[in-house]
Amino acid sequence: MIQLNLALALNQALRHALSADPEVLLMGEDVGATGGVFRITDGLLSEFGPERVIDTPVSESGIVGAGLGMAIAGLRPVIELQFLGFAYPAYDQIVSHVGRVRNRSRHRFTAPLVIRIPYGAGIGAAEHHSESTEALFMHTPGVKVVIPGTPTDGAGLLLSAIADPDPVIFLEPIRSYRSVREEVEDDWLPEAVPLGQAAVRRVGADVSLVTYGAMLPEVLTTADQLATQEVSAEVIDLRSLVPLDLEAVLASVEKTGRAVIVTEGHRSCGVGAELIALIQERSLYSLQAPIQRVSGWDTVVPLRGNEDYYVPGSERIIAGVRRTLG
Amino acid sequence: MRQLIDIEGRLLGEPPCDLAETRRLYAAMLTARLYDRKATALQKQGRLATYAPLEGQEAAQIGAAAALQGDDWMVATYRDAAAMWFHGYTWPRLLLTRIGDERGGSPPEGVMVLPPSITVGAHMLHAVGLGWATRKQGRVAMTFFGDGATSEGDFHEAMNLAGVWKAPVVFVCENNQYAISLPRERQTASATIAQKADAYGMPGEMVDGNDLLAMRAAAADAVKRARGGEGPTLIEALTYRIQPHTTTDDPGRYRSPEEAAEWRARDPLERVRRYLTASGVWTAQDQAQLEAAASADIEAAVTEAEALAPLGPAAIFNGMFATPTPALVAQAATLARDLGRSIDLGER
Repeated sequence: MIQLNLALALNQALRHALSADPEVLLMGEDVGATGGVFRITDGLLSEFGPERVIDTPVSESGIVGAGLGMAIAGLRPVIELQFLGFAYPAYDQIVSHVGRVRNRSRHRFTAPLVIRIPYGAGIGAAEHHSESTEALFMHTPGVKVVIPGTPTDGAGLLLSAIADPDPVIFLEPIRSYRSVREEVEDDWLPEAVPLGQAAVRRVGADVSLVTYGAMLPEVLTTADQLATQEVSAEVIDLRSLVPLDLEAVLASVEKTGRAVIVTEGHRSCGVGAELIALIQERSLYSLQAPIQRVSGWDTVVPLRGNEDYYVPGSERIIAGVRRTLG
Repeated sequence: MRQLIDIEGRLLGEPPCDLAETRRLYAAMLTARLYDRKATALQKQGRLATYAPLEGQEAAQIGAAAALQGDDWMVATYRDAAAMWFHGYTWPRLLLTRIGDERGGSPPEGVMVLPPSITVGAHMLHAVGLGWATRKQGRVAMTFFGDGATSEGDFHEAMNLAGVWKAPVVFVCENNQYAISLPRERQTASATIAQKADAYGMPGEMVDGNDLLAMRAAAADAVKRARGGEGPTLIEALTYRIQPHTTTDDPGRYRSPEEAAEWRARDPLERVRRYLTASGVWTAQDQAQLEAAASADIEAAVTEAEALAPLGPAAIFNGMFATPTPALVAQAATLARDLGRSIDLGER
């Protein structure tokens, strides 16, 4: 058995994808010689060469726009934008073109590309390095949004994202890259995990904790704490925001009657807001209490000194659960 | 500035193609002019939503497009109907983009032209990616854009990436002197747009954009460079936007009628017609025959485009992904229920 972390799992998935399909290529700043600032693409340049692993100029809009052209031509670019906070220059290409080319051309031209973006706070980083604005992409027509919470999911979802005929924004939780580990067989190989399927990480009876990505480890730890307080929490890991597995969420909420949505992103119009709207549309009469959002604030993510007051932790999640229990 | 036919139609240098080819290109320019007039008229009748006239830019577009082979890529703008049609995009589909039907965004299979770009500047990057992806097949990507587009960040990123990657891209700037109301002198402090190429490590050339043969020659040189692995080129085609920006624009607010009249005197069609007539390969009868035939073709295209049954609301939901997401299926169902009709996402 070996300990697999998210960084290694993603690295293996990329290696597998590059080997299996000659149309796959990686591009981004520092992905080649350095192997990526988080080493996710470590070793891939020497293994696959500079025409498959491309170190680009500092040009986010350029990388995505050119990547779109490559995808239209039949390649499968896996683009890396170094941090979500630096992805915004590429947002115009994403919203105006990547997400639209299929619809604009009635399926004649398509964009089978993946944009991998490290995201999330919790590492005391400099300004702009702690963003969790996945809601922007959920609100953008024509792009899928996938956020793994575990190493094997990271590899499996990435393989599915690369194989998907449509563009996928693939957000990688930075603080989970090396801190979250799974034990796997010595001969473990990445296996595709389908997009649009949530996972029940923990079965429970009293309350449904719905989350994904960087918040998953915190929510699981909190569920253990709740168990010692005689509260049985079910944990749903969404894995994909688009396509969203709403049925899995509803099944859980209809069983427990209580829900707490835990997300790192800004509160207003965030993923929590959308989930609450969807849940109450379909399952209002199953609810024993209003659904709680435990989220970031409508503020800039604070620097290290105040970061813990922004990113949801066990204390706030438990408080949210307590509010549903009345 | 490269020039091969003067305003009187006199040849100034070695033509890049023979008289038969020049005649063919002239016929294409004339057809494009007739389409442009027809589309403008249709908009005034409310049959097209908006239209961006290309009158005066026929040589810039067709001269450049004529240098391409069938499987070369073209990425062009909302004003480039002539270039796009020349490279295989049909008149009916171009009309559909203006009528307001997404089927216009789908050129026939095998036609390597992206739908007309409405945003200014972003599309040049797509050309860079297309060119880079198909470089080993010896294919080239040509992209058209205006003087205004050269101020957008994406122009600089596209030029920079193309230069660094030696991508086989031909950048054709149709400097028609205006970005809606802003004259070229206030768009950039550069003396020319062509010289911007220097900053990105590629050759740049200013060409008389109203000179069909100069455009044809310059584009052929750029295409040959690209196909030979020597990288991108920037061509600045000096031309003029005779008509308003679109049919809702009022140029009287920002330019003088005398200026437009001066440029009408340098009409790109007229000088080629004079050249062909003086060379004995074009007569008034040829002109009349072509105008009649082209007008008939264009009328038929209008009829075809307007006869299409409406797309229907299913297209809103089934065009976003290869397979609609559960959310989109649910939203279509909501719309159907609210309107008391059925919406079948199965019909793509």
